[in-house]
Amino acid sequence: MNALSILYVILFYVAIIVLVAGVTNKLLQYKRVPAPLRIPVTPAPITKTGVIYRFFTEIVFFNSLFRSTKWTWIFAWMFHLSLLLAFFRHLRYVISPDSFIWPLVNNEVIQSFGHYAGFTMFIGLCGLFGRRIFVDRVRYISSPSDYLMLLLILGIAFSGLMMSYVAHTDIIELKEFILGLFYFSWHNLPGDAVLLTHLTLVLFLMMIFPISKLLHAPGLFMAPTRYQVDNPREVRYLSEWGAELEADGRNK
Amino acid sequence: MADYEIPETREFPIIPTIMEGAMAHSSPFVADEEFQTALGFPYPTGKEKGELIDGWKQKFLDLLQDKLTKYRSVQVFMDICVKCGACTDKCHYFIGTGDPKNMPVARQDLLRKVYRRYFTFAGKYFPKLVGAIDLTEDVIREMYSYYHQCSECRRCAVFCPFGIDTAEVTMAARDLLAHIGLGQKYDNQIIAKVHSIGNNLGLPGPALADTLEGLEEEVEEDINVKVRYPLDEKGAEILLVAPSADFFVEPHVDGLIGYGKVFHAAGVTWTLSSVASEAANFGLFIGDYANMRKISLRVRDAAKELGVKRIIFGECGHAWRVAYNHLNTLAGPWDFLDPNYPVPQHILEFTKDCLDRGILNIDKSENDHMTLTFHDSCNIARASRIGEFPGSQFVTPREVIKAVCNNYHDMVEETIFDQTFCCGGGGGLLTDDLMEIRIKGAQPRLEALKNVSKDYGVTHMAAICAICKSQFTKILPYYGMTMDQIVSVHQLVSNAIILEGQGEESEDSDDTEAA
Repeated sequence: MNALSILYVILFYVAIIVLVAGVTNKLLQYKRVPAPLRIPVTPAPITKTGVIYRFFTEIVFFNSLFRSTKWTWIFAWMFHLSLLLAFFRHLRYVISPDSFIWPLVNNEVIQSFGHYAGFTMFIGLCGLFGRRIFVDRVRYISSPSDYLMLLLILGIAFSGLMMSYVAHTDIIELKEFILGLFYFSWHNLPGDAVLLTHLTLVLFLMMIFPISKLLHAPGLFMAPTRYQVDNPREVRYLSEWGAELEADGRNK
Repeated sequence: MADYEIPETREFPIIPTIMEGAMAHSSPFVADEEFQTALGFPYPTGKEKGELIDGWKQKFLDLLQDKLTKYRSVQVFMDICVKCGACTDKCHYFIGTGDPKNMPVARQDLLRKVYRRYFTFAGKYFPKLVGAIDLTEDVIREMYSYYHQCSECRRCAVFCPFGIDTAEVTMAARDLLAHIGLGQKYDNQIIAKVHSIGNNLGLPGPALADTLEGLEEEVEEDINVKVRYPLDEKGAEILLVAPSADFFVEPHVDGLIGYGKVFHAAGVTWTLSSVASEAANFGLFIGDYANMRKISLRVRDAAKELGVKRIIFGECGHAWRVAYNHLNTLAGPWDFLDPNYPVPQHILEFTKDCLDRGILNIDKSENDHMTLTFHDSCNIARASRIGEFPGSQFVTPREVIKAVCNNYHDMVEETIFDQTFCCGGGGGLLTDDLMEIRIKGAQPRLEALKNVSKDYGVTHMAAICAICKSQFTKILPYYGMTMDQIVSVHQLVSNAIILEGQGEESEDSDDTEAA
């Protein structure tokens, strides 16, 4: 194995550990912190099923954003949907053809949708970037990291498109490298610049996930305003530290 | 009226371009020592009022750490904002002032930048990259200014793709500020009065009894029926907890008259309490759990002492938010009350039920001199229900209004229901030292009101919140309208309801016309 491949093997493991451990740690932290008061934004569901439906509309359609601003919604939704489609397309590179899910991944629909998703992702990101520059309100609230995050993902999308249309990489060798990571039998990584750029940016994205605003993805499920059921008159909620205050006996 | 620049009202809303620092001068008076200590907050002894306590910086950061471990909302909301800008044009204070720090995300960022600097990897090592800043006294002053230009109305939270609620951040920040010496005078003074006397207006029990007696006489003179407004009557079925403004402020008091008439017609026994003579709970506004709990517990004490079976809250927005969401948590469990009724109930739930059962005799034409619209109060719209199903907080008040009025028209869709605009005076800002922001913050609501008046001949706006009513009474004249254009919903009920024996000359006349 060459030195470059060894470096990327290490980087892959580090990135995966940082991503999984970091996000898990954050979610555990959120879970540990109590929500002492009921604060669902109403109208809110009065059952747990209703809460699932509420999240469904938020995650699949970006319901609140749609109500808020159509431009941001179009670009954001386009980007996220493309991300999902691109993700499915990429499964081909990490799943063995022997696996039972292989036919679900390696078919015309998933592959061609995933193919074009690269373009829509790029357009969506450009729209979001443009909005950050040209809308005075959004420009005001943007930090350098907000622009850089978009550039980072733009770089990933762009390098991905390059591999699809301009400079193909050795996909067989790449897949051997990736599967090797899973089976701990490591192989060489193709050394072309576009692929290395693509992978480096993705690895970087994974590593900053738990310490950046990308936490919005898992954090979304931890917002009491959205996940809480609207039934405070029927059910008495009391946090641990709230209960401690009752040692004064006034709730007896 | 003092001289303020009044924002224009237009046919269609326009998002302002940002004007940095437009409201940087707005700051409420700082609480005196007496009202800091009464609430358990420190005062910078030996210093001028408004100065910070010794060691304020460490105290602030310690308390922020404490918030982050006690309130999931604060911890999660500090982390997950992506600065998408969805909320930027949603705040009535931003629309009315154009000050970018009144954009919800920018308001959150006042605290978030400090959070990032001291509590996150990126902010500790790359502060410039992520917009993290050191905690300085200037930062504190800016927080004091802009966290008192937020009415905690949650309109931004409706539109946030992640449900981030600026109100949660504002509450946390105000609590932190109060703990380093910067309590807000108006809020603290009111809470201190509630703790010591029992209500926001500082009205002691005997004065309250007098007021209610006067009210009974007034109503009897008016309709020749003895409607009771009882105080501290043990054994009554219902404890009514009303905002203290209902006792004598116009148009609130007309609402209280209405509650009494409905109870009279329904034939139930009820009472007010001199212990819990206030529905409002400003503990919510200052983000202080302990004070909010202490205020809530008065309701428990009163209910136990008077031996009531049910608790009903009067027309008050944030009071209903606290009552509906938190009374059970803070002052429960309510196992000693009648389990057949929710605890607490809203007066509109009671009235609506009476209307549905047909036990109220209504003459809608009594309100024919008005064409009504309804102002959804923020805390009711976005933090409660008034009825069985989600969204009943919008339906119930409208159904009651329509049951007692012939002429009704809603304001434009983007300004009602859960998209309603705050009156501009909520969240503990209903004080004269914040008059400018109150006037400017009322712009979106009054723009919609003016348009519905022009297009559909609406003459009056009904509300179910004591703060909304007080705010509009004061602000409407600035916008060329009159203070009596704001009315209580139960004032409309009161106008239309015909009680048994009403208007008859002598007491011995027959009862045939009673329904």
